[in-house]
Amino acid sequence: MLALLIRDLRLATRAGGGFGLGLAFFLIVCTLVPFGVGPEGGTLALIAPGILWVGALLACLLSLDRIFALDWEDGSLDLLATAPVPMEGAVLVKAAAHWITTGLPLVVAAPVFGILLHLPSGAQGWLVAALLLGTPALSMLGAFGAALTVGLRRGGLLMSLLVLPLYVPTLIFGAEAVRRGAAGGDGTTPLVLLAGITLATLAAIPFAAAGALRVNLR
Amino acid sequence: MSIWEYANPVKFMRTSGAVLPWLIGATAICLPVGLIWGWTVPEDYKQGATVKIMFLHVPSAMMAINIWVMMLVTSLIWLIRRHHVSALAARAAAPIGAVMTVMALVTGAVWGQPTWGTWWEWDPRLTSFLILLLFYLGYMALWSAIENPDNAADLTGVMCLVGSVFAFLSRYAAHFWNQGLHQGSTISVAPGDRISSVYSYPLYTCMLGFFLLFVTLLLIRTRTEIRRRRTAALLAREMRA
Repeated sequence: MLALLIRDLRLATRAGGGFGLGLAFFLIVCTLVPFGVGPEGGTLALIAPGILWVGALLACLLSLDRIFALDWEDGSLDLLATAPVPMEGAVLVKAAAHWITTGLPLVVAAPVFGILLHLPSGAQGWLVAALLLGTPALSMLGAFGAALTVGLRRGGLLMSLLVLPLYVPTLIFGAEAVRRGAAGGDGTTPLVLLAGITLATLAAIPFAAAGALRVNLR
Repeated sequence: MSIWEYANPVKFMRTSGAVLPWLIGATAICLPVGLIWGWTVPEDYKQGATVKIMFLHVPSAMMAINIWVMMLVTSLIWLIRRHHVSALAARAAAPIGAVMTVMALVTGAVWGQPTWGTWWEWDPRLTSFLILLLFYLGYMALWSAIENPDNAADLTGVMCLVGSVFAFLSRYAAHFWNQGLHQGSTISVAPGDRISSVYSYPLYTCMLGFFLLFVTLLLIRTRTEIRRRRTAALLAREMRA
């Protein structure tokens, strides 16, 4: 499993792997929003938690088809299916690799984007904590969506229709934690609920995604 | 009489064919009676004539949720026991459920405009119905995207299971996110704050009518699906010969 993780990370970081594209996309979203709503700091600070979370969601969505599609095309997915590692473990590792290449950079870079959008400094800690707890769930659910649509030729649009509704609870709790932090309040309750969602997806989604992959491979 | 007998499409076609005329008849009686009865109720002292929207809004909203639950159950039966008719029934139910969801949202908007002064509000109930509609759309899109019918049934079944959990979760998350305008449940078995029987009896008739309409449409659509499978099988046999 470790070998698989290292292989996926290597593939993502080498040329053409698309590493950092998610981050660049996130930057563009955060640059475009002020053009759309105007440069007033007050307005931006008000909508910053939502924009940051929706941006993270979309950046995550963009790279989802990479989780299984390339391995499906060149047949390594069949090898993985016959490997001694159970399919569930492979899904978990794939989602982890996706998280390390898209989720983690977002978490690290989020405070900078927070400053761009005039997020109050008191909320920066909440933003990092919420993204750190929430983005693994985004990667897991994304892996499930990618597993469902891996056999389809134009699965990208369908996948976004399938995956985005699943992101709703994560988005609600994540953005709520940051919003409460920005208002000077305490965001612990939504953070705890967010962590609950992430842990539940970590525990249950590998089985659903592995089931979907097995169907697609048969 | 067990549901496993109806895994045999021939048996299902025979029984559903016999039941269908009765169901159509019952729907044709129940639904107009309920709706016309609902049309003649006295106007509410606060809401005026708009209260009559209830006879479309409440049954369609109820069916929208119940159809998803029915799809969940039939998907489970398919995933566990490979009950082919069950998978086809789940597929047949989805568009009906989506239409019911749209109907609940539209009648709700028409009702909300005069009473709340707004077509749309980001109220937890309204929001969760919108999310439910997205799940219906995703489910139908997945069905139509996959060519192999067994794979499609498996994948949509898994999607329905995961989607159910998240639709349920979204409903409570939305409550956490915003307290709403929408009232709580209108019909309850607990005594006390209940709607007058002037409204409730036509409402029950409408609910029964919507339920019968759903079962009728479901059987018709499932029979169509079975026939489509048969033609596909026949065509495949022709091609081989």
